[in-house]
Amino acid sequence: MDKGRRDFLKISGTSLLGLGLGGTAAATGLHRAEPDPDAGPRWAMVVDTRKCREKHGCTACIDACHEIHNVPDIPDENHEIKWIWKEDYPNAFPTQVHAHTEESVFEQSVLVMCNHCERPPCVRVCPTQATFKGDDGIVVMDMHRCIGCRYCVAACPYGSRSFNWRDPRPYIDDVNGDYPTRTKGVVEKCNFCKELLAKGKLPACVEACAAAGNEGVLMFGDLNDPDSVVSEALRTANTIRRKPALGTAPHIFYIV
Amino acid sequence: MPSRDTGRIILGLVVFLALVSFPIWYTASQGRSGERPELVYPEDETRCVESAAYMKSWHMDLLNEWRDTVVREGERTYVSDLGHCDFDMSLQNTCMKCHLNKDTFCDRCHNYVGVEPKCWECHVEPGGASHGQG
Repeated sequence: MDKGRRDFLKISGTSLLGLGLGGTAAATGLHRAEPDPDAGPRWAMVVDTRKCREKHGCTACIDACHEIHNVPDIPDENHEIKWIWKEDYPNAFPTQVHAHTEESVFEQSVLVMCNHCERPPCVRVCPTQATFKGDDGIVVMDMHRCIGCRYCVAACPYGSRSFNWRDPRPYIDDVNGDYPTRTKGVVEKCNFCKELLAKGKLPACVEACAAAGNEGVLMFGDLNDPDSVVSEALRTANTIRRKPALGTAPHIFYIV
Repeated sequence: MPSRDTGRIILGLVVFLALVSFPIWYTASQGRSGERPELVYPEDETRCVESAAYMKSWHMDLLNEWRDTVVREGERTYVSDLGHCDFDMSLQNTCMKCHLNKDTFCDRCHNYVGVEPKCWECHVEPGGASHGQG
């Protein structure tokens, strides 16, 4: 096919115009999400680190979570299992910290856990669909299907997943008979207390935090409910998420 | 015309059959031929999730169905065909709240038929977890 100079310029011009329009649309595509009450619940958590750091040394949430979920306490840190833990701020938010970050923020430990991402990399890589995202946004694990390949451990950018290198039972002091333990060779992580949500209860960490006398530190609720405590918190305070540039869209929000 | 090896062949067959049927006649000779595992049933509850005959034959399928329904679909309530009650689909929190002793119920049958379910590697039996093999 013989194309002349004129045709070439026409096609080039049209393509550039198309790219330009597309780019403009993409640039203005980010809008503030509004709660959608018809969409069913989308669970999320807001952590107010300003209040949390005032209770330096408090581990009520971690203790409660690990106790009810039979999370073992393994002294060897290469083998340790974590569902919820404290991370130094520069490690938790490596892209949102700089040499002149306010001292109280820079030096705090922030509470971290599975982010229950909107686009979870762990789900994409799991070869058996043992990890999957439910309609309520919770990223859960089907332990029966986990083959222990640890692709998810490698894929999670937040270190939220732990692998059972050994039988965890000898490292659980007081086994909670209402919840299973795990076995050697499977991965585990926070499940946003899906089993408690099913009974209309709040996650164990949130309950324990409030029971320890802290108000408004851990807030949990439905993003699609405009009146939920998380919707209210996100409306009234500025929040950040971990490693936003990765595009995983975490659903744990932090007020710093 | 019988060959000269006929006697040896017949003897060989008899020995072979005796060895192959050893488990049958040995058990019979011990007077245990009709023996069944004796299960200990719950004292305060006579109604199971489904009929006893169904549970005897299909409990493993029922448990697999419960597992998938709860974990994958998030549905936790089981409506029994018997219609007497709805149940939380949970091995630990429903089955084992009546069958309080895994040894005298689950294990007796499983040992008898030589199956080793993997349930208890994670699920906690009543009275606390036994430690795994490490």
